[in-house]
Amino acid sequence: MQLALFILFGGLALAGAINLLVQKAPIHSALSLVLVMGSLAVLFLLLGAEFIAFIQILVYAGAIMVLFVFVIMLLNAQPSEPSRASRAARWLGPPVAGLLAILLAVRVAGRYHRVPANLGQPMFQIGDIGQALFHQYLLPFEVTSVLFLVGVAGAVMLAARPEEAPQPARQECPEPADSMTREKGAGA
Amino acid sequence: MVVSLADYLVLSALLFALGVAGFLFKKDLITVFISIELMLNGVNLTFVAFSHYLRQNAIDGNLFVFFVMVVAAAEAAVGLAIIIAVVRNRNTLNIDKMDLMKN
Repeated sequence: MQLALFILFGGLALAGAINLLVQKAPIHSALSLVLVMGSLAVLFLLLGAEFIAFIQILVYAGAIMVLFVFVIMLLNAQPSEPSRASRAARWLGPPVAGLLAILLAVRVAGRYHRVPANLGQPMFQIGDIGQALFHQYLLPFEVTSVLFLVGVAGAVMLAARPEEAPQPARQECPEPADSMTREKGAGA
Repeated sequence: MVVSLADYLVLSALLFALGVAGFLFKKDLITVFISIELMLNGVNLTFVAFSHYLRQNAIDGNLFVFFVMVVAAAEAAVGLAIIIAVVRNRNTLNIDKMDLMKN
């Protein structure tokens, strides 16, 4: 059962990832990434990480991919024209990508070949995650909240229409310098 | 026949390599960004697999995945805003045509 589920959803994730590369239109790539994320959520459930599995569905497939699809629709992204890549890149690229996969797999997986599985027993309750998040990992948690604040401010600033600038034709020397430094801070 | 840790690691290595390939070969700015998300997903699978197989009762791997997701969400928000700003200025999504700083 475990093996069947792993093969089914691992294969689905791989098929989605390959489809992501093959598709020309960005919207098709985004939708195949949703397939990859759903299959990975099932694999997380198999590994006993229920919290991560549901967060994967809610945050990744729910929020982030909706943002991607929204931007694709907003920009009206058409299928990209066939690229004029060099011949070397076209013929060397797929073998090098395969080589990277083999190298990663052999180097990392080769060392952990005979680790026994402890399937079946629950690892922890979901309350333990909250305990660890607010005791042991309190500082990273607060730092990520600051990161979110900076990210929201930077996203609003970057995506705001630049049409307000030419309208007031008065002298506005300090304003551009100020927005420049703030933009740099958000980008970092 | 049980699923071993190596199977999960091979799967996540394949996902990561496919993400790298998409990042390097796609010509579309949004698809390049999607490939980064694919790489992050492959790394997340590695974290959860290690947390499950090596440390029986540790939740550190799960919390790392949680933080990776948080950073990925912030990165997606800022990155998509940058993409909107770039498309507004350059009027293209093709990364070959974004060569303002070249030469």
